[in-house]
Amino acid sequence: MRNPLADKVVEIKPSGIRKFFDIVSEMKDAISLGVGEPDFDTPWHIRDEGIYSLERGRTFYTSNAGLKELRQEICSYMKRKNNIEYDWAKETLITVGGSEAIDMGLRAMINPGEEVLIPQPSYVSYEPCAILAGAKPVIINLKAENEFRLTPQELEEAVTDKTKVLILPYPNNPTGAIMERADLEAIAEVIKKHDIFVMSDEIYAELSYKEKHVSIASLPGMKERTILINGFSKAYAMTGWRLGYACGPADIIQQMTKIHQFAIMCAPTTSQYAAVEALKNGDADIENMRVAYNQRRRYLMNAFREMGLECFEPYGAFYVFPCIKEFGMTSEEFATRFLEEEKVAVVPGTAFGDCGEGFLRISYAYSLENLKVAIGRLERFVNRLRGEKG
Amino acid sequence: MREELLAIIEKNSRIDLKELAVILGVQEIDVVNELQALQDEGVICGYHTLINWEKTSLDKVTALIEVRVTPQRGQGFDNVAERIYKYPEVRSVYLISGGFDLMVILEGKTLREVSSFVSDKLAPLEPVLSTATHFILKKYKDHGTIFTQKPEDERELITP
Repeated sequence: MRNPLADKVVEIKPSGIRKFFDIVSEMKDAISLGVGEPDFDTPWHIRDEGIYSLERGRTFYTSNAGLKELRQEICSYMKRKNNIEYDWAKETLITVGGSEAIDMGLRAMINPGEEVLIPQPSYVSYEPCAILAGAKPVIINLKAENEFRLTPQELEEAVTDKTKVLILPYPNNPTGAIMERADLEAIAEVIKKHDIFVMSDEIYAELSYKEKHVSIASLPGMKERTILINGFSKAYAMTGWRLGYACGPADIIQQMTKIHQFAIMCAPTTSQYAAVEALKNGDADIENMRVAYNQRRRYLMNAFREMGLECFEPYGAFYVFPCIKEFGMTSEEFATRFLEEEKVAVVPGTAFGDCGEGFLRISYAYSLENLKVAIGRLERFVNRLRGEKG
Repeated sequence: MREELLAIIEKNSRIDLKELAVILGVQEIDVVNELQALQDEGVICGYHTLINWEKTSLDKVTALIEVRVTPQRGQGFDNVAERIYKYPEVRSVYLISGGFDLMVILEGKTLREVSSFVSDKLAPLEPVLSTATHFILKKYKDHGTIFTQKPEDERELITP
């Protein structure tokens, strides 16, 4: 029989997280600091609106690009939060999670062989999506000494005449890094100079603990070259609803909508109705969750200081990214031993790119009580390792 | 930090001072001073424990009593409210808008004890026009805490 598989797909490395997941799921009594989704339930008024939409029999497709009401709410949200004006009819697309928007956006923009710049450590799907879109992914290895921000020099060095799109993943999973206004202004100059486009993945925008999040699309001359991706998963604790969106220049959104129409048809109708309620009446929920995450973030940073574990202070998302280089182990060795000996799951930094070596992603999407138990075990483990070296 | 501090200790008054300082991102001495100020100002009025008495062997009956009263000249409802809240078995007294005036929450050992309080003490008060007593049969949720279910983490252990 012939080989039924496409080389391009077979050659893509499976997600490093998947591998670790398989080890963890063998362990029945393990506790986890490894999840990339909120611990909160979706606020009840939002769930209630989803249920109500089902009761009213709203079980049909919506238009391909999504409900008009939802797209208008998104535009009003973008105006309110980022001071960016989008035309709901031409510049918005509702997708199945932010993930679909990444895929559609790259497929709509890339010609074979064009380069996509991917700063790492970052979310696991950018590189495979770029490859599937026919791009050549070019990795920018971010540095801990820059708090994993993208500097204009790093960007400048990575740009070639084939560079088409820069992926800008801030606030960042897995590092928790943010880009502040001045950081964005500095790279915007390089972007405009080389006439490249930006895919700004702002799914964690609401989880910023310093100043309010700034979108690169709000800077002068950037809206017309930026696809802004956001969604409901992180801000409103709606991961399972699978709902995200993209805002951007009409010509790109139009082509994205075309692929979306053929591949997906439309995002889930129930989720879209629930999301309208989220945008209309969910600002207080976001703030309550943000305050709770921030308390946990401070708790973890203090715990690391007390156990002498090196970690830059991250101001975004719900991750901290401590450095474990002092123990002379790879991230995977550390995570595996920590799991075996203390039954706590964390994700090795290398799951998010080679330059994550020497780091761990620790999620604080857990209650303080749970964090305390897990961090107690981390301290015990760290002290034991230091004793062994000792 | 005041409102954030209050929100935390309203849910967990047993949290220790050092931890409070850490999660609020301030010094421990600032927390101590703020708590003292809040107590002095009467913002913090006590530290209680939320108990689901239904799970104990102790018998308790709680009743909500709607009370309609005639307000008194110059006093409004305050006087009669005071007459009522001085009884130790009265847990709470609220002035209410709508069809009645005072909501009295009463705790007793038995139905008989509660009803005799109403008939012997509450109803005979001169300004009281009428009462309607509702006994609580089951507490599903109290002080923001759901009694009937234990939350479980149903998430996958590792997700990107």
